[in-house]
Amino acid sequence: MKHNGAALAHDPTNIIIAGVGGQGNIMASQLLGKLLVTKGFEVIIGETYGASQRGGSVMSHLRVAGKGGISPIIPKGKAHYIIALEPAEALRVMGEYGNPDVRVLSNTRPIYPVDVSTGALDYPDLDNLKKIITDHAKETFFVDATDIALRVKTPILANIIMLGAFAQWGVVPLSVDEFKEAIRQSVPEKHLKKNIEAFEEGMRALAAS
Amino acid sequence: MSYLSKDSPGEVNLLMGNEAIARGAIEAGVAFASAYPGNPSSEIITVLGSLAQELGIYVEWSTNEKVAVEAAAGASYAGLRSICAMKQNGLNVASDFISNAVLTGVGPGGMVLIVADDPGGISSSNEEDTRYFSRLLEIPLLEPAGFQEAKDMTAFAFKLSEETGLIVMIRSVTRISHGRGNVVYSKIEKGNKKARFDTGRTVLAFPVPWTHKILHDKMAVIKDKFEESDFNRYEGPKGADLVVVTSGAAYLYTKEALGLLGLSDRVGVLKLGTTFPLPEDFITRGLKGAKKVLVAEEVIPFLEASVKEAYANHVKDLGVIEFYGKASGHIPRENELSPDIMAQAIAGLTGTGYVPVDPAYQAEIRGLSLPNSPYRALTFCAGCPHRATYWDLKKALKLDGRDGFIVGDIGCYTIGLGPQGYSMLRTTHAMGSGSGLATGLGQLKTFGLDQPVLAVSGDSTFYHSVIPALINAAHHESNFTMVVLDNSTTAMTGAQPHSGSDTGAMGIPAHGLSIEKICESLGAKVRVLDPFDVDKSVQSIYDTIQDDEGIKVIIMRQECCLYRLKKDEKRYLMKIDETRCLGDACGCNRLCTRVFKCPGIIWDRAGKVARIDEVICNGCGVCTDICPEGAIIREVNHEA
Ligand code: SF4
Ligand code: SF4
Repeated sequence: MKHNGAALAHDPTNIIIAGVGGQGNIMASQLLGKLLVTKGFEVIIGETYGASQRGGSVMSHLRVAGKGGISPIIPKGKAHYIIALEPAEALRVMGEYGNPDVRVLSNTRPIYPVDVSTGALDYPDLDNLKKIITDHAKETFFVDATDIALRVKTPILANIIMLGAFAQWGVVPLSVDEFKEAIRQSVPEKHLKKNIEAFEEGMRALAAS
Repeated sequence: MSYLSKDSPGEVNLLMGNEAIARGAIEAGVAFASAYPGNPSSEIITVLGSLAQELGIYVEWSTNEKVAVEAAAGASYAGLRSICAMKQNGLNVASDFISNAVLTGVGPGGMVLIVADDPGGISSSNEEDTRYFSRLLEIPLLEPAGFQEAKDMTAFAFKLSEETGLIVMIRSVTRISHGRGNVVYSKIEKGNKKARFDTGRTVLAFPVPWTHKILHDKMAVIKDKFEESDFNRYEGPKGADLVVVTSGAAYLYTKEALGLLGLSDRVGVLKLGTTFPLPEDFITRGLKGAKKVLVAEEVIPFLEASVKEAYANHVKDLGVIEFYGKASGHIPRENELSPDIMAQAIAGLTGTGYVPVDPAYQAEIRGLSLPNSPYRALTFCAGCPHRATYWDLKKALKLDGRDGFIVGDIGCYTIGLGPQGYSMLRTTHAMGSGSGLATGLGQLKTFGLDQPVLAVSGDSTFYHSVIPALINAAHHESNFTMVVLDNSTTAMTGAQPHSGSDTGAMGIPAHGLSIEKICESLGAKVRVLDPFDVDKSVQSIYDTIQDDEGIKVIIMRQECCLYRLKKDEKRYLMKIDETRCLGDACGCNRLCTRVFKCPGIIWDRAGKVARIDEVICNGCGVCTDICPEGAIIREVNHEA
């Protein structure tokens, strides 16, 4: 398989995009996956959603290979990158797929599980949560994606902001222009401007952190 | 033009497994497609429906799976290639027709049946393994072990069906159907689009022993084809000591596990794509020289039993082989497999070890992750009408005080079994089962049953299988209240239209059938309520269950908020008047958060008040009516 000259840091590269139902996980994993296929890589995405529109955890396993041999499930402890749209989900995923070399990019805005919103359980202390993640990853970035998205009154754009941050991170062989082109192709015309702006906000947020 | 309908042989696309199946059907020149939605199979028909006009094909969401499979067979009899898709539960419904169609054969147009199983029950009420249906009903079975095969097998299945006149079944699983991977396109065949029923032919299964014999002769031909099929292959060293026999997603996990263990050149893999009738000679060749065989598959030991049977038939050629798998306890009998399960199983049999991560790191991160990533219980979406309906039902039953109860079935409203639906729902089985149970329970007055009996179903389920139960109830004058939770879509599976919708799968107008008219024609007393109007709904439900003569139908009508939100903005902008919120002192101990439980309202422990989470709240406005202190304020959203 030819990869247009670009190289993968790991073969396969294992990326987990984690979040809560309705956060736009699948949109992000699909956009990234399609882009990598056009670059000549073999991609497999495994989605775990089931009935998770209804408040459950959602996880996309995005795997990129130069030479195949991959399945839709990343083996335990083998994630290279975790993109979390919600901070407790970052840690949940680390518990299963983390390793001392894992790199994490996480949104900071909690989405409360229903048992937390009812007051039956506590949400973990956010600073402590960030510290645990940071202490157990090789590299960690936190981006206030939802808060940035709320400024333009469109919280759903948090996933595009996170994608912008991911692009800025530069861990997959894809250029910023290629990301933008992929957004152009997958977002309806009337939402395009907002999406591109959100993407750029995400890039800036990472650069500033 | 969609990326799925481009006639661009050689092009590589990232396709969802279900899209790959749809693309395979398109490449084969399919003309007719039908299904009842059910995850993980739904996207096949959604995709074909969205392309129907462009491709000049017919696509429908049928009323249920039996009708869907019959409709597709009808098209086949008229010479058109047809496809029918369903989830595992659906095959139970459709099997009655299929068990006859294997004897009659289908028509000159090939017919392919796609069944997507859900090992682990990720979005299902069971993890039924439908592969046994292929043996029970005697249908040729293919199992794709990846995305490319999902496409290629679908196209192949049409050819095989046409050559033999039999329905060909493809069994997918969630990880294939809902996963995505690279798929290389082939040419799109035009396919016959001219329908004609040959009146010179009578489609019949009699005399049964004779048609059954014909079926067996065809199966022998198919077995010979399967012996040569490229979907079966041996990978790895010749004469390996250990050979893993596998199919479907388990093949992908096996390959990955061998890579993780560095054993790809020591262990053989016998990958089977055609698993009924079994290509025994091919398998015998693959097992030659093996001392140990591990059979890797998900859920039921279907392949394990068949391969052992084949071994018994060829034992003279093969000598002593030890079999491992589910019977030996090396492969679990429940749930999905994974690369890790396969790595441990193979490591155990080869005496190698598998340690994926530094155990000290793993123990530490697991120990920290568990208490710091709180469990996310399934709940109704914020603003879901079902939460309001269960709230209304709960209040009405409490007012009534005779220990009334609710039986039901599957759909988003099944969440009513748990605390998110106030544990109002008492049973859940198959589609429409609540109404069936209720017709029986509604007859038990003479045996002393004096509790009000209620059944719930969704609107899509109403058409799928509640109607026959209601007819039974009307005919026998059973006494219960049928509550139809009408959110105007098939919400659980991704908002497909149903028989009540005014557009169908192809996006063109359809004749939407009225639930109330159907019920009235059966002599039921019908009320239509808005679950968001709490006081009125509680009173009406209460009044209805006081009437203990015959069937009563209550339609709780309010659009699914998830899909309404895609169309417009929040109906209300919500806020909490902190001066009025009583917090812990609230009459019922935080009625809104602790009892009503909409995730859009959160309990702020530090501030000791309820708050609206503006990201989660969908602005239905119901909680305003819940709060006895009037602390939850709703304002009409003028942007909506
Ligand atoms: S208005 Fe109230 S009940 Fe409706 S979604 Fe918002 S918080 Fe939930
Ligand atoms: S998808 Fe619709 S019906 Fe299902 S829980 Fe959400 S709002 Fe309710």
